[in-house]
Amino acid sequence: MPKDRPASRCSLGRRTSWLFWSSMSGLGGLYLILILLLVFVDFQYANWVDIQTSLADERVRFSIYLSLTTCSLAAILSIWVAVPTGYVLARLGRDSIQRNLEQRPRLNQLAQLIRHSVDTILDVPIVLPPLVVGISLLVLFQTPLGRALDHTTQDFFSWLGFPGIRGITYEIPAIILAQFTVAAAFAIRTMRNTFEQIDERPELVALTLGARRFRVFYTVAMPQAWRGTVAAFTLAWARSLGEFGPILIFAGTARMKTEVLSTTVYLNFQFGNLRGAVVASLILISVAVVALITTRLLLLSGYRGGRR
Amino acid sequence: MIRIRELAMRQGSFHIAGVNLTLPDQSYAILMGPTGCGKTTLIEAICGLRPVTSGSIQLGDHEVTRQPAFDRNVGYVPQDSVLFPTMRVDHQIEYALVIRRIAKKERRARVAELAELMGIGNILKRFPQGLSGGERQRVALARALAFRPQLLCLDEPLSALDPTTKSQISALLKRVHSQERVTVLHITHNPAEATELGTIVFEMVGQDIVRIRS
Repeated sequence: MPKDRPASRCSLGRRTSWLFWSSMSGLGGLYLILILLLVFVDFQYANWVDIQTSLADERVRFSIYLSLTTCSLAAILSIWVAVPTGYVLARLGRDSIQRNLEQRPRLNQLAQLIRHSVDTILDVPIVLPPLVVGISLLVLFQTPLGRALDHTTQDFFSWLGFPGIRGITYEIPAIILAQFTVAAAFAIRTMRNTFEQIDERPELVALTLGARRFRVFYTVAMPQAWRGTVAAFTLAWARSLGEFGPILIFAGTARMKTEVLSTTVYLNFQFGNLRGAVVASLILISVAVVALITTRLLLLSGYRGGRR
Repeated sequence: MIRIRELAMRQGSFHIAGVNLTLPDQSYAILMGPTGCGKTTLIEAICGLRPVTSGSIQLGDHEVTRQPAFDRNVGYVPQDSVLFPTMRVDHQIEYALVIRRIAKKERRARVAELAELMGIGNILKRFPQGLSGGERQRVALARALAFRPQLLCLDEPLSALDPTTKSQISALLKRVHSQERVTVLHITHNPAEATELGTIVFEMVGQDIVRIRS
C-alpha cells in the first residue's frame, strides 16, 4: 500500500465512510426516536401528582408488589429449567449425535429426528399467541390430572404458610405458571445459544483429567456461562413482567388478589380511566428500565473483572 | 506397556481400521503422518473421547477400550493447549488432584514441583487470557501431568510455536520425560521432532502404522 496517499483520496475515504455509517444507522435511529417518543408522551400525559396519587393507592401498591414477586419467581424457575436444558440442547447437537452414533445409521436418524422435534416443541410457546397459552393452561387444569393438582397444591400452600391460596387456577400460582410457560422458552433459547458459543474442548480435557460430567458442568462450563445466565434471567424476568394474555385468562383479574401491573393497566383502561392506565404503564416502564440498567451494569463490571 | 490392537474408528466419511501400536513403558514414542491421516482421531480414541468400532486398547494390565475418559488415567495435551478460560493457572494444574481428593498440602507440593519443572512459577496466579503460546503449552503440560498419568498424549505440541519457544518446549519435553518417567505418545507431521525427541518412532502409512526407528 503506498504511504504517500494523496490527501484528496483520504478525505474522500472519510466522506464515504461517514456516508456509510450514517446511512446504515439511519433506520435504527428512527426506531430509537419512536421508543423515546412513546415514553415521552406517557410522561406528558400523566403528571407527577397522578403518579403520587397512584402510588398512595393500596391496590396499585399491591399490584406492583405482586408483579415483582411473581416475575422474579417465574424467572428463577425459568433459569432453573433453562440452564440444564440449554446445555443438553447445545452439547447433544447434530454433530455430537453424528459423532457418537456414526456406526449405527438407523439410531442416528432416529436421534436426529427426536432432536429436531424437541427443538421445535420448545419453540412453541414463543410463537403461540399469548391468549392461546392462557386458554391451554386453563383447559389443562380442567382435566382430572389438573383438578387433582389444583386440589393437592391447596394443602401444599397452606403448609407453606399461605392458607389464602386455594390451588392454582385463578390464584397467584396461576400468574407464576403463566409467566413461566412463556418466559422459560425464551430463557432456554438464550442458554442454548450461550452454551453453543462456549468451546466444548476444555470440557473434554476435564474429562481426561478424571472429572465426571456433573463436575465438568459446574467447574468448567458454568463459570463461562454466567454472562449468558444473567442475560437469560433478565429476559425471562422482563417477559414475565410484561405478560398479560395468559394471566388474564388463567389467573383472572381479581383486584387485590391476582392483579399484576399489566392487569392494572387493562382494568383502568377498561373502566375508562386512561390516566390511571398511563400511570400504571409508567410504573411498568420505570421498573423495566431499572432492571435493564442494573443488568447492564452487572454485566459491564463482570466484563472488566474477567479481563483482569 | 501400551498396546493397541486392530483398532477401527469412523469419523464421517473418513475411517481407519486395523491400527496396531505397541509402546514400551517409559518410551517417548513419536507418531508421524501427514495432516488429515487420523492421528488426532487415534489420540482421542486412546484418551476415551471418541468411540471405537472394534479392536482393543490396553494400558498396562487394564483393557480400557470401553472405559469412559475419566477412568483412564491418560494425560492429554490437545493442540493449542485448550486451557480452562475461567480458572487460575494453579487451579488448573491441581484440578485433577482435587478430583482425586488429594490433601491440600500434597496438592500444593505437586503444583510447586510442576511449576518449577515447567518454569511457570511467576504465572501461577494468573488467568489464561494474555498468556503467551509457550506459557499456555507449559500450563497444559503441567495440568496433564499433575495426577501422574500412565500415558501422556501430546497432539502436535510444538506446531503452533515460534522457533525459539519451540526449542525451549522441546527441551522441556525431554526433561519432563526423564523426570516424570511417563510414557509419551507425541504426534506430529514434522520429522525433525521425531529425530530430536523420539526414543521410538512410528509413521502412519495409509491404514498401517509402521515402526521406522526404535
